[in-house]
Amino acid sequence: MSKSKGSISKGVDPVMIWLYLLLVAVGLTAIFAVTYKEGDPVIASFFSFKTDYSKQFYFFGIAGVMAIFILLTDSKFFTATANLWYAVGIGLLLLVFPFHSSVKGTESIIRFGGFQFQPAEFCKVCVCLALAKYLSLPNMDFSRTRSQLIAGAIAVVPAVMTIAQSETGLALVYFSFFMVMYREGLPATILVVGFSVAALVIATLLVEKNTLAIVLTALAALLIYAMRRQVRRDKGLLIKVVFLWAICVGIQRFAVPTLFKHVFHGYQVERIFSTIGKDVPEEYINPKDRASESATGKKKDVDYNVKQSKIAIGSGGVLGKGLLQGTQTRYDFVPEQRTDFIFCTIGEGFGFIGTSVLLLIYLLLLFRIIFIAERQRSVFSRCYAYGVAAVIFFHITINVGMTVGLAPVIGIPLPFISYGGTALITFTILLFILIRLDADRQMVLR
Amino acid sequence: MSVFNGSRSYIIRIIFLAIFLVLLLQLLNLQVFSSKYRADAIDNAVFRKVVYPPRGIIFDRNNKAILNNTLMYDLMVTPSALKGVDTSYMCQLLGIDTAEFNKRVIEAVVRNGRFRSSAFEELLSPEKYARLEENMWRFNAGFYLQQRPVRLYPFNAAAHIMGYVGEADSGIIARSDGFYRPGDYVGRSGLEAYYERTLMGQRGVQFVIKDNKNRLQGSFENGLLDTAAVAGRGLRTYIDIEIQQLAEKLMRNKVGSIVVLEPKTGGIIAMVSAPDYNPNDLTGYNKKKNYSKLVLDVAAPLLNRAIKGRYPAGSTYKPLGALIALDEGVITPRSGIGCSGVYYGCNRPVRCTEKWAGHAANLRLAIAHSCNSFFSNTYRLTVDNPRLGGVKKGYAKWQEYVNAFGLGNRLGVDLPSEDPGNIPDTNVYNKDYRGSWNSCTNVTLGIGQDKMLVTPVQMANAMCIVANKGYFYAPHFVKSIDNESADDTVLNKFRRKHEVLTHIPDTVYEVVHSGMQDVVDVGTARAAAIPGIKICAKTGTAENFRIIDKRRVQLKDNSLFACFAPRENPRIAIAVVVENAGYGATWAAPIASLLMEKYLTDSIRAERLPEIERIAAANLMPSYLPRLQYIADSTRARFYFDLTKDSNYIRKFIRRGGSAPAPKPDSSAPRPRLVYNRFPDAVEPERTIALKKKGAA
Repeated sequence: MSKSKGSISKGVDPVMIWLYLLLVAVGLTAIFAVTYKEGDPVIASFFSFKTDYSKQFYFFGIAGVMAIFILLTDSKFFTATANLWYAVGIGLLLLVFPFHSSVKGTESIIRFGGFQFQPAEFCKVCVCLALAKYLSLPNMDFSRTRSQLIAGAIAVVPAVMTIAQSETGLALVYFSFFMVMYREGLPATILVVGFSVAALVIATLLVEKNTLAIVLTALAALLIYAMRRQVRRDKGLLIKVVFLWAICVGIQRFAVPTLFKHVFHGYQVERIFSTIGKDVPEEYINPKDRASESATGKKKDVDYNVKQSKIAIGSGGVLGKGLLQGTQTRYDFVPEQRTDFIFCTIGEGFGFIGTSVLLLIYLLLLFRIIFIAERQRSVFSRCYAYGVAAVIFFHITINVGMTVGLAPVIGIPLPFISYGGTALITFTILLFILIRLDADRQMVLR
Repeated sequence: MSVFNGSRSYIIRIIFLAIFLVLLLQLLNLQVFSSKYRADAIDNAVFRKVVYPPRGIIFDRNNKAILNNTLMYDLMVTPSALKGVDTSYMCQLLGIDTAEFNKRVIEAVVRNGRFRSSAFEELLSPEKYARLEENMWRFNAGFYLQQRPVRLYPFNAAAHIMGYVGEADSGIIARSDGFYRPGDYVGRSGLEAYYERTLMGQRGVQFVIKDNKNRLQGSFENGLLDTAAVAGRGLRTYIDIEIQQLAEKLMRNKVGSIVVLEPKTGGIIAMVSAPDYNPNDLTGYNKKKNYSKLVLDVAAPLLNRAIKGRYPAGSTYKPLGALIALDEGVITPRSGIGCSGVYYGCNRPVRCTEKWAGHAANLRLAIAHSCNSFFSNTYRLTVDNPRLGGVKKGYAKWQEYVNAFGLGNRLGVDLPSEDPGNIPDTNVYNKDYRGSWNSCTNVTLGIGQDKMLVTPVQMANAMCIVANKGYFYAPHFVKSIDNESADDTVLNKFRRKHEVLTHIPDTVYEVVHSGMQDVVDVGTARAAAIPGIKICAKTGTAENFRIIDKRRVQLKDNSLFACFAPRENPRIAIAVVVENAGYGATWAAPIASLLMEKYLTDSIRAERLPEIERIAAANLMPSYLPRLQYIADSTRARFYFDLTKDSNYIRKFIRRGGSAPAPKPDSSAPRPRLVYNRFPDAVEPERTIALKKKGAA
């Protein structure tokens, strides 16, 4: 017994375990605070599997069992089966298309028995493993464009499939894997270009289109003027600048409206615009959505969620109202507060102290993961660790960002805290594979 | 490769840190530096629930509760919980159809939303309540019964005095400076209105938490901020409910008023305005229906004639005229006049009811026999008093006296909207007669006619002044407030003695008292005598004009009676007005006499009991009322017809002769022409009517 116990805990990073348990405990408390009804017997209902906090408690039990299994598994197993996992993940995602059952507008959930399972959620683990596997191939030269494209495809393929299942939020998570690639040598220019395009898109949304076109033209003219000597020497430069200008204006005038009009759903466009505090301009509204809107005859209050969420967090003040005292969260003013808006409960109940401590715990976790990543001998482990950090970071940023009104409302859970079995189990598996890999860091893996 | 990109690890960490810092700053902004979110959260979740305390109870002088509280029930519905409820059974219990049921549910949803309950049927009748109460378990989810405090009048009496409560209208809310809110119940008339702040008590406030669907969830901050409601305080009044009931009985089927005062205190023992109504009609489940019926009645049952009715004082003014003249020294108790039935002192003869020689040989006889000649002359002597110089100064002096008797000004009764009556000043006559008038112009003021108009309460109060030999207390109902404190200043003005005419010597009063006693002993009101009690009284028979069909019509005289008793140490003063009833001695005097007997001896002699029934059974309703009602109803019908173009409103008025009452035979006024234009540009309507009539004939 003692030997096997020793073998489980050997090399396991205790800080990670403690942070994990702390976060799960915070999550259970928050869910309890939202769904506890006055007068219920606390202990009894914790085991009843009838209330949400009880269910989450059982999910945590399942996750714990899985964690122990992972810790008992040989770490070579993960490197060896990484590609298999990916295949399984993609297979599950494919299974969704014929077998999904519609729940709240998403088509990404498979139901069997009384349980719901969301492959898009679970597939993050698979992508993380597969990407780590690919990047750690012995003859990998990541400076080659081909490798970069393959690595990109590993992350983007499930993302595209997830978008096809109307889960744009979850799909965005897969783009966080570019952080791993960046760590492994993806040229910074790609990220710079990526950021520039993102900045341009945001500017398109914020600034009136003709003004922005004039600004862009002026910038191009200034650039040509500044480089007039070089331009005189090399006419090709002029063509490049003009080409760049054309692309920018093209994005601004045609690409973005087309994207918003035909790719995104009406509600997503509304959410994005409500985040930047503007009404949706005419040219971004899909005619179909407009038809349905005028048919129902009412305009939905798109930023109701965010407004209520901000009120909940803001009304917490510095010290918070105390557990079970938050009126916003206790009395259902914030929608989805067990799941996506769980952060409100903490903000309202425990105030700025509570939220900042929670963010600190997350930051500690992320820094610990990076620290662990950097101490790995194996590239696989390091890549995997960065993948975990990137996924968790992305979830936190978007989730907290949307509750405080800085990010558009994208339905993704807060890691370890939001209610939901799949999410908790996925994050647990994600984290404990890392812990397992880290426990064997002395071994030279792939 | 990690060697090459090691620095990127730090860049990633910096990105993490930077993003977290942004989130933290936003949290700092929301949670520490913005204060509005806390208020927003309270706005969202905290509901300020006003708790209404029970209103105060009103007691009569023998501590019988004449206005009490009771509980009635509202049937409440929660629309969202109606699924699976046996609605057809509910319809059956309430006696409504499914369409009506659905309409009410939709109304409830519109009013309060699907998740909150609203009234499905208010103030259930006892039968419906009994039926529902038994079956409530069937509707557990969707319906429930809610208690509601309602005013109850155990004696079915004193409607005008007590008044009624109703929802505060926009005017009351605006005037109250935010004290009342829409939906609050306030006293709308009578004592309920006058003593509103005392009767209402102190409203409590409960802060209650509600959820996103406005369902109440419990108290906020454990009720720390709540204030408790304080019950309204009771009022102890001078009313004797038995006298009140008797007075109301005697005024049945009559138009008029009775005011019974206690001279020593100004307390009002009874006050009747006829026609009246059962006050319980305005509280129960039929209150809206009853109220509109009362409002539309041209006999104005809601009007309190005791304080708002303006009547010529008639002969009941004469004792006051005598006192004024005696005090001014223009006559003496021995002054007399030879009257042969008409006063010829002015161009216009003033008729007198008595013709026999010597009925006005002195003041005492003149009062006892109500000699018009004597008092016309007395009035002229008073205003033409050479000491004052000129009729206008004399009139001003006279007016000062009359005002001192409480006529022409509001007395300050503790009921809202008292009428001041009318005692014109010289300006009015100057204007009417372009400055040239004399004592003959308004000589009938001496017999309480001309422009003199008084309210019954003023008449009774004048009797109090005469009885008290010069002082009075403002007539009022409320003797004391339960748990009265120094802050209750509302009663102070009723405890102040008004010594308006105490400068007139008691001997002068005694002379007039003797005359008034003779009225009952040997004069016009012998019917009012009660053995063993010295009653001082004055009958009155006032001419009564009314404009009907745009013509000034003289109607049957108003029967008046004013009295006090006993002569020494008076305990009761009464004024009775019965409109359209003839001589004062015929109806008003026996009514007052019965009330006095009941009050002073605590019972009525057996031989007089049939008289109560005789008077109560007498129908003296003016004959013009049906005619007025017809005009009012048809005019209103026409108004609504014009609004809605729905001929149902006027159909019954076009088919005349059927339901409409026949006009008075002696009235030569043209019949009202109803211009009926249902289809403009179509058949000329009047011809259609004419044709129909011809066909019928």
